[in-house]
Amino acid sequence: MKKVLSLLLVGLFVLGVVGLAKAEKVEITYWQYFYQTKKDTINELIKEFEQENPDITVNHVTFPYENYNTKVASSIPAGVGPNVINLYYGWLPTYIDAGYLQPLSKEYFDPVTIEQEFFPLVQAAKIDDSYYALPTAVRSLALIWNKDRFQEVGLDPEAPPKTLEQMLEYVQLLTETDRAGNVTKPGMTVEVRGQMHHWIREVLVRQFGGVPYAEDNRSVTYNDQGGYSAFEFFTDLTIKHKVGKVGFMTDDVTAFKSGRVGMYIDGSFRIGTLNKLKNLNYGIAELPSHQGIKSNFASFWANGITSHTKGKELAASIKFLQFLTSDKAMELWLQKVGELPAKPAVALQEKNANHPQYGPFIKGLEYAHATYFVDEKAQRQVWIDAYDLVRLKEISVKDAVDQAAETEQKVLDKYYQDK
Amino acid sequence: MIKKNPLVYIILGVGGLLMVFPFIWMVATSFKQPWDVYSLALIPSEPTLNNYQRLLENSNFVRWFYNSFLVGGLVTLSVLFFDSLVGYTLCKFNFKFQNLIFIVILSTMMIPTEMLVIPWYIMSKGLGWSDTYWGIMFPGIMTGFGTFLMRQFFQNVPDDLIDAGRIDGLNEFQIWWKIALPLVKPAISALAIFTFLGNWNAFLWPLIVTSDHNLYTLPVGLAFFSGEFQTEWEMVMTGASVATIPVLIVFLIFQKQIVRGIALTGLKG
Amino acid sequence: MRNRFNKLSIQQKQAIWAYAFLLVPLVFYLLIRIYPAFNALYISLTDWDIISADKNLVLFENYAKLYQDRLFWKTLGNTFKYVIYGLPVNLLLSFLVAYNLNKLRRGLGLYRTLYFIPYMTSLVAVSWVWRWLYQPLPLGFFNNILSLLGIAEQPFLLSPNQALQAILAPTIWVQMGFQIIIFLAGLKGIPAYLYEAAAIDGANNRQQLFRLTIPLLRPTIIFLVITGTIRYLRIFTQVYSMSFQGDGGPLNSTKPLVLYIYNSAFQRFEMGYASAMTIVLFVIILLITLFQLKVLNKND
Repeated sequence: MKKVLSLLLVGLFVLGVVGLAKAEKVEITYWQYFYQTKKDTINELIKEFEQENPDITVNHVTFPYENYNTKVASSIPAGVGPNVINLYYGWLPTYIDAGYLQPLSKEYFDPVTIEQEFFPLVQAAKIDDSYYALPTAVRSLALIWNKDRFQEVGLDPEAPPKTLEQMLEYVQLLTETDRAGNVTKPGMTVEVRGQMHHWIREVLVRQFGGVPYAEDNRSVTYNDQGGYSAFEFFTDLTIKHKVGKVGFMTDDVTAFKSGRVGMYIDGSFRIGTLNKLKNLNYGIAELPSHQGIKSNFASFWANGITSHTKGKELAASIKFLQFLTSDKAMELWLQKVGELPAKPAVALQEKNANHPQYGPFIKGLEYAHATYFVDEKAQRQVWIDAYDLVRLKEISVKDAVDQAAETEQKVLDKYYQDK
Repeated sequence: MIKKNPLVYIILGVGGLLMVFPFIWMVATSFKQPWDVYSLALIPSEPTLNNYQRLLENSNFVRWFYNSFLVGGLVTLSVLFFDSLVGYTLCKFNFKFQNLIFIVILSTMMIPTEMLVIPWYIMSKGLGWSDTYWGIMFPGIMTGFGTFLMRQFFQNVPDDLIDAGRIDGLNEFQIWWKIALPLVKPAISALAIFTFLGNWNAFLWPLIVTSDHNLYTLPVGLAFFSGEFQTEWEMVMTGASVATIPVLIVFLIFQKQIVRGIALTGLKG
Repeated sequence: MRNRFNKLSIQQKQAIWAYAFLLVPLVFYLLIRIYPAFNALYISLTDWDIISADKNLVLFENYAKLYQDRLFWKTLGNTFKYVIYGLPVNLLLSFLVAYNLNKLRRGLGLYRTLYFIPYMTSLVAVSWVWRWLYQPLPLGFFNNILSLLGIAEQPFLLSPNQALQAILAPTIWVQMGFQIIIFLAGLKGIPAYLYEAAAIDGANNRQQLFRLTIPLLRPTIIFLVITGTIRYLRIFTQVYSMSFQGDGGPLNSTKPLVLYIYNSAFQRFEMGYASAMTIVLFVIILLITLFQLKVLNKND
């Protein structure tokens, strides 16, 4: 009798615990910056994830890009904020240094497997032998041109420029001004804040014979003739040839969407946005080469787990991160957002590599460089300022580049001083 | 004084129209289709409510309104209660350290908020006040300015009335509440308007102390909303309209009181 | 207890009531206003960044760093530009409008409403509306008008030479409502018989304005100058809302001190350094207010 009773008690106890565990849902929070297609796709993924894991709820929060860093940084000292977070790879060093992210458990994210499966550029998320974040997708740059505008000015709508010389020639044709001399239809966009600083740093500098950074990434090397010529080519677009205008239609993608811009350079993540517009007749091509040199810039946003995440939340976060980096998520991401799958096995499938829209980006990935940022925001600002100095303060290209190199070197030194 | 001068009316009228033109343009644009945004026509060629619908679907404006209203309202009630009580006490009582206390409170008016936000922020993080209504409100629940203002007004309340209350057997709290306060009603309403407006528009502190979008006040929410939609100007204008128009309606209804209140705080402050 | 209380003298009872009334407020002022002020001073003497836990006393190192920080001097300069360019124009316009409004026999209410509306609206909303008006072609209203007139478009917010003024325009526009109300109240406070007496003495309009109206408005002007200066010295919301990514650009040409404080404290978390700047701001506001009070009150 006693035995039966105690068994019953144990049974009840077990049932109770299981019941409790069932009833207790784990809630984790995911942060990313606001980008319409990304927000929608994550919502879709979360729905699916929650169906597979009914005991986990994912709370998805977005912030405008311009406040994102601030919000992330301000959640550090308090130990509040998200469990899983989407960060630009160029910000990772800063946040890892601040102890914000925890190294991904090697049990679930084995570095060897990661290196076999993911594109090599993902190694930027590895510090001291541990991965701190993993991407769903990677991105590269390509030239996007407006076929209707090409037709209007008598260019072959199916023949984008192959070289920088051709590009310069075309954009001059594509530029329209009004009576007062204002550019009303720019040949191309010139937003350094957008993707142009990458184009200058990793593409133009190399194409004009320079190298942006030393082998160990610790020193700036673009302050030589290659860098000067590259930057001169870029600044001449607005100053000499007047084929573009800063701030036109607020930003480059809006300008292109309006149909007034001949061509522009942007990342693969725009495909999703551009495809939503029915009246836009556009094409995508590899970036123009120069002196036979092809180059591209690759980057990614990666998902990491914050240090304060522990216990059940950690287990749920690991599951969610695994889900976000699954082949299935990558496929959906490619379709909805347009960013390229982070695993070559998924990205380089026949249907993707020859795709008229994804193809040029994927080809670009082959010869792309990923800048080893230590503080992306500061390193971007360096080029924005250099451009503004030449454009608005009439400082010579050489001085502006030298000044940029000096400032950026300080940023690098600050990071590496105690490494 | 001066004879009617039509020119003055016209110039002032043109100036007045310039003052409200940005609002008219803002509201007009909020009813425009995206492709219509560049046109200089005041009347949308194809008026639409789409922008408002998208705004409601993609943001938390209703919640932000509620937050601003709640925070502004509670802070105002608190300020009215404490500032008038303290102003009264400092004016109508005699006790040790009276002047010292008055000077201490007055001196807090000289400290700009900007100097205090960093300690407040650290304090909020430490005490778990970040992302709470209390966290947004606590710095403003009493003000040196309001205390000073109320003290000025209580000086005009005759001591005889207060003594009469004492003879009638009222305690000091009752005397303040039932006799003194009703006599300074204009000051109370002025302080209420001034405080509410200030808190309704407060930006720096709520921006710092909140990161949960359910707790944003209207200005913070609007700033973030505009940041997200900054390339779609018809949406930005819709957000600005939603944040502005209800306030304008309230203003038009209560404008006499509001204008008088602003003038009163200005003159006495 | 009750009995003992009743035995106290009226004086003592009053004092007890007073202390009871003041108890909560005193705690508030000491903890939320006075203590943080000293705390800010203390933090400014440390190298605290709140991300890393260690806090070292570095004494005046932050202030020394400020002295050598070109951006600090630039933002300080910008802050003064806001005051010096903005406030006089603001006061003059407001006075002109108020002075003329005050003469109206009819329609004062309507006109006053028109001029007061901007002051009632959220500064963030207003800033975004103006930011839009300033856009380059083909978006911005102002540039569309210029283009219609055949004038070259202006960069406004995109130029380091125009951006600060472009931010000041809506600031003045918003503040006018407030200043007009205060001026009007001041003007209404001048008794009519003074004007009648002046008219009898043969004073013309101009003489009345400069000999009578303006001197009698002195308290109003003092009030508006001091509150206006402080307001302009603390400018933040407009610049945050009207510059790209709220960074006070282009090339920091619009960044005021408060925005630099915000960047340092809440984006880079250099709490010690930012606190040192807040102390500087405090000292500046204090000195300017005292100076203005002294100068403007001189003839009384």
